[in-house]
Amino acid sequence: MTEIRSRPTLVFQAKRLIPSAFIDAMIITIVSMVISLLIFGLFVTFSKGISMWSVYEYLFRGAVGKSSAWRNTMIHASPLLLTALAVALPARVGMVIIGGEGCVLLGALMAALVAHLMPSAPPLVVQISMIISGMFIGGVWVTIAGALKQYRGVNETISSLLLNYIARAILNHCVEGPMRDWNNLNVPSSWPLDPTVMFGKIPGTEVHVGLIFGIVACIMAWILMDHTTTGFATRVVGGNVRAARVAGLSVAKYSLLACFLGGAAAGLAGVIEVAARDGAASDNLSQAGYGYAGILVAFVARQNPLAIIPVALLMGGVNNDYLKFKLDSDSCVQVFQGILFLVILGLDTWAGRLSELRHAWFSRLISRVIYNVRPKRAAAGDANA
Amino acid sequence: MPNQGLGYWGVPLALFAGAISNSTPFLFVSLGETLTERSGRINLGQEGTLVMGAMAGFGVSYLTAQHMPAIGDSLGPWFGVLGAGVAGALLGMLHAWLCSQPRVNDIAVGIGIMIFGTGLAFYLGKPLIEPTAPQLPAVNLGWWSQSEQVRAALRINWLFFIGVALAPLISWWLKNTRWGLILRTAGESVDATRAMGYSVNTIRFFATTAGAFLAGIGGSFLSLYYPGSWNEGLSSGQGLMAVALVIFARWNPITCLFAALLFGGAKALGPALQSIQVTRGHYLFDAAPYFLTLLIMIATCSGSKNLAGAPEELGRSMG
Repeated sequence: MTEIRSRPTLVFQAKRLIPSAFIDAMIITIVSMVISLLIFGLFVTFSKGISMWSVYEYLFRGAVGKSSAWRNTMIHASPLLLTALAVALPARVGMVIIGGEGCVLLGALMAALVAHLMPSAPPLVVQISMIISGMFIGGVWVTIAGALKQYRGVNETISSLLLNYIARAILNHCVEGPMRDWNNLNVPSSWPLDPTVMFGKIPGTEVHVGLIFGIVACIMAWILMDHTTTGFATRVVGGNVRAARVAGLSVAKYSLLACFLGGAAAGLAGVIEVAARDGAASDNLSQAGYGYAGILVAFVARQNPLAIIPVALLMGGVNNDYLKFKLDSDSCVQVFQGILFLVILGLDTWAGRLSELRHAWFSRLISRVIYNVRPKRAAAGDANA
Repeated sequence: MPNQGLGYWGVPLALFAGAISNSTPFLFVSLGETLTERSGRINLGQEGTLVMGAMAGFGVSYLTAQHMPAIGDSLGPWFGVLGAGVAGALLGMLHAWLCSQPRVNDIAVGIGIMIFGTGLAFYLGKPLIEPTAPQLPAVNLGWWSQSEQVRAALRINWLFFIGVALAPLISWWLKNTRWGLILRTAGESVDATRAMGYSVNTIRFFATTAGAFLAGIGGSFLSLYYPGSWNEGLSSGQGLMAVALVIFARWNPITCLFAALLFGGAKALGPALQSIQVTRGHYLFDAAPYFLTLLIMIATCSGSKNLAGAPEELGRSMG
């Protein structure tokens, strides 16, 4: 705020704080949530004969009804924060990569392997080694897809999805063969982690520290992408490859960097799931499908690392056992996710148009309510932010 | 062991039988995807369509047998095939409608359809995991042989023959008919299509719907032919591999046929080795088709230029 602009009003300051693009995004996200909930409710009513309102009640009670529900929401959200980054960061360079699932599985495998190879090391050393190796393998895994795109023009969406299946085969091979814990005959799983190297809980709660890791990772990704020159260069590469080349930026370098960081985040999610929850790597992790749910989180958050935090919490809440139990279906959550995904994409067409339609009565009403301004002044600076 | 009589000869025989049997879903999905991509749009949701088709086909066949016992065993599976196609076509319409909105990315919608289709199929198909449904018939070409293995290998399903007949038919249709030309024009140049007075979105709508119809039929094969049951791990990425296969086949329906046979053979590698007691690392052998797809994509794509045979408009969206 400079001296020349005398007496900045409160409204003006609020306008600076809350950019209109943010309002647009909020409106669209909330509208799509409401539409998806309506469709999902109707769908369950017709398919199972359970009334819509009880569906919403189950959803709500299972997500935030009791303290244990809150805990489940947080625990389910924690890997989503990281797997969503695996989609959002490569998206900044214009790549649609959905290989987070494979990174989670390999990260989990790495955690079990490292913990087994360092039986006498101090717990902190083991934990740090698990994190570093898990992040590394995850990063490399997505970088493969990124490099194939860069150097061979291979469609990165397909190759990253194929890599997921390959990672799952590697995991299954290891936990049923060379890394099998023969003391556990119920589920094929890897050697268990020593209890001393397991991650603890956040003090005063029942939620493991993985949630903190996830939130910190999202904030760091946001700072990196939106507030550093590296992040700016990455966005230039994503926005216009030719412009980036003219400006002398190395397209390959920034693309692969974004891929590596995204994959590293998802690999960390795998480490956390093993070292803070399961205690061993097994195929159960791929049943949970955190990698695929992360795709949805990233798209709902419009690939913004900071927006991932609330969206992941929301999706963690949707993925609740109470709802699955009441509807007698594990896949009802997947149906809801699918509906929400399609609605969000369908409304994408409005994402740009809404700010163009600022002068329409709807937006006029919004700006009057929120900013208390007359709409006649042109919103030149933020027309297409 | 069933292959005792043949020993190691069982492996190539099992590969041959597997190539024919496993290639059927690949063939249908890739033919459908060829149609869709020739019109300039990519439908990554074929994975969801395939799973949905498998569920719907099994469900229709099962219900027909339940309610119309007289014709259930003979016609039920064919109703199932039709139902699977319709279910697939509905998902295809959804994809096409969403993509026809401005600013909507077809790759992202494809991922959405993939998640939605598989979720919906698992949700609706939960009661179908237990029961059995009447299965599709097969043609016995191995009547001359004494060996049970040879006869089993030459018991070929009808859908495979339909797929084999469809490949040249689609190829001919694309090349020699007016509608084939219009569809290809939409894939090569939006401006030319508009100049001819056709709506690009309408053409792509029909191409995507037809493509998803075929993919749904491919799905019905998964649940209505040996071993013939519905479960959630039925497809595990076959729809997606078929999309990659189209790139490998250079958007040519005839090449799709051979590519599908190759992929079917790769998929049969794990079971074939198991039949001669090579069980170590069977998860890795089962992953052979994924490796193969990846390697083929690396080998056939090019970093610097658009692929030969790629529809011009598709090249734009696929980068």
